[in-house]
Amino acid sequence: MSANPKHNAEDYIRMYRQMVRIRAFEDNANQLYLSAKMPGLTHMYTGQEAVAVGICEALTAEDKITSTHRGHGHCVAKGAEFKEMFCELLGKEEGYCRGKGGSMHIADQGNGNLGANAIVGGSMGIATGSALSAKRLGNGQVTVCFFGDGATAQGLWYEVMNMAALWKLPVIYACENNGYSEYTKTAEIAAGSLTARAESFGIEAFKVDGQDVLAVNKITTELVERCRKGEGPFFLELQTYRYHGHHVGDINREYYRSKDEEADWKESRDPIKNFGKWLSEQKILTEEELGAVDSEVAAEAKAAVDYALEAPYPNAAEVDMHVFAGVEHALDYLAGGRA
Amino acid sequence: MTREITLSKAVNEAIAEEMRRDPTIFLIGEDVAEAGTPFKVLSGLVEEFGTDRVIDTPISEPGFMGMAVGAAMTGSRPIVDLMFGDFIYLVMDQLCNQAAKTHYMSGGKLKVPLVLRTNMGATRRSAAQHSQSLQAIVAHIPGLKVAMPSSAYEAKGLLKTAIRDDNPVVIFEDKLMYNDKAPVPEEEYLIPFGKANIKRAGRDITLVATSSMVQVAEAAAKILEADGISAEVIDPRTIVPLDEETILNSVRKTSRAIVIDEGHQNYGVTAEIASRISEKAFYHLDAPVIRMGAMDVPVPFSPALEDLTVPTAAKVVENARKICRGELVHAA
Ligand SMILES: Cc1ncc(C[n+]2csc(CCOP(=O)(O)OP(=O)(O)O)c2C)c(N)n1
Ligand SMILES: [Mg+2]
Repeated sequence: MSANPKHNAEDYIRMYRQMVRIRAFEDNANQLYLSAKMPGLTHMYTGQEAVAVGICEALTAEDKITSTHRGHGHCVAKGAEFKEMFCELLGKEEGYCRGKGGSMHIADQGNGNLGANAIVGGSMGIATGSALSAKRLGNGQVTVCFFGDGATAQGLWYEVMNMAALWKLPVIYACENNGYSEYTKTAEIAAGSLTARAESFGIEAFKVDGQDVLAVNKITTELVERCRKGEGPFFLELQTYRYHGHHVGDINREYYRSKDEEADWKESRDPIKNFGKWLSEQKILTEEELGAVDSEVAAEAKAAVDYALEAPYPNAAEVDMHVFAGVEHALDYLAGGRA
Repeated sequence: MTREITLSKAVNEAIAEEMRRDPTIFLIGEDVAEAGTPFKVLSGLVEEFGTDRVIDTPISEPGFMGMAVGAAMTGSRPIVDLMFGDFIYLVMDQLCNQAAKTHYMSGGKLKVPLVLRTNMGATRRSAAQHSQSLQAIVAHIPGLKVAMPSSAYEAKGLLKTAIRDDNPVVIFEDKLMYNDKAPVPEEEYLIPFGKANIKRAGRDITLVATSSMVQVAEAAAKILEADGISAEVIDPRTIVPLDEETILNSVRKTSRAIVIDEGHQNYGVTAEIASRISEKAFYHLDAPVIRMGAMDVPVPFSPALEDLTVPTAAKVVENARKICRGELVHAA
């Protein structure tokens, strides 16, 4: 890790805290699942924190992101609050999407998060369209499209990359290569090189260590600036690893991934541990101060979970609201009633 | 000999038996081989048939669907596994513009013998993109057959028929039923398409129900029996083709009908069946035919909302009681 610790101490501390917040969020979400308090399944972001934080710390609140089924990390990193997030995961009225979306559709419009997506690759068009819109409106906004290695198999990506390159759109395609697409190794589903695919459209492509938050932040900061100058699009392939199974229910997974491999990533390449170590080596935070961040975040998460567990479900009358913009109740409207 | 097996096992057996019989059959889809799909429906098949015939794909639905169409036109009989019914939107062009029309457009010269297995069904708290029941969208397209098994027994017999059919067939399995057990014979059997199953005989009202809604209709029929209302439950088994005769004969006897399907109600399967009854048995009817589909909203995540969107036995009972008393279900 190379950077100038003197100048940016506050930024570094915030990055550390945001990574810790993602981990704490996921640990709590996993507990909610294991104790049968959370409806449905969810995909843990744990292990990939440096990607979301390194990238989102290079963006403003007005810049946009599109997220994935593994989206809690992106949501936190883009500025979301725990309370509204846990409420959403539990299907409560105060959730970001009033309980209608849940884990796989969490969106935080106020912070530029256009939403998670349960269709793999489903957000590639959306992100590119957001960049087209920014260019047309001339508002200088940049869009980051997060997706996994598995999503590179979707044809949509090649269509939108072509247009983004033709029209120099301010979009950064950020592929989180965590080595697996569900229960299959990336090598078995991706021919050739991912960066070369982007390069064949004339898009500059970079391979980055996704466990190194400063490296991710540095390259993203540069690319965001260049996007604002009309030099986009760009492609980032971020090498990373998911610590849990594909989803919280994927517990016995040795048939596709060894325990040794998991242990190795956790022990030697953990983004939080390594960045914490660097912060203390650089005398930006002491061990005690790092510990204090951890416990503050843990308390914040616990309070949010307790709140969400007690929070009310949406009222039954909400079920047919928000189907159409400008229509209060869809069922009346569909039957020819007035909006 | 009959034993009880899960719907998941029934599907697995149907595929294994057919693959042993016909070497031109292959399976293709995401995580179908070693993982045996997220629902573990296909576990064990790759061990028996190898990766040449049980083919794992990247997440490229339009790509492998299109390849299945081409393979089917050239001597293979592919079974495509589409992990969630909701992903049918991704393969619509290959399925509806290519597979469905090729036989017709070629003047009967080309055939597309393929099976697309996928699923349907809400209330798993999987939200709007993993919970839809999209059978109506496919059933709308001429050239596609559509089967909707309502138990393990049905799943096995219908799938074997689908695999032997020379046309593209789409099968929707209810995700919630994969672990439901039913008696299934050990001997081979096939269930022909277009032959409805009278699950329960009755005099006063006909309940036409598809897939897991058959269970809902049967539960409603039991409750209605205690009221002195005798309900006949009919499972069409395939919605394309639809066994009109069995349905119409039933309604001519009972004079009343409710049609139940988990797809959206607007422009849906229930609308089609209800209108065929109204057109063809109008003078036998004592009450308007009632459609009961999923509420016309995207499937919400929150359990408090999701449960409101699907037909339930209690709602079927309420509607049945009303029309048997001569009341309107939908007051103007
Ligand atoms: C179009 C589509 N196909 C399949 C799926 C099922 N599915 C969900 S996540 C996933 C794997 C995605 O892998 P990757 O893009 O690498 O993301 P990761 O899970 O590793 O974060 C699959 C196949 C889906 N949700 N959408
Ligand atoms: Mg992946």
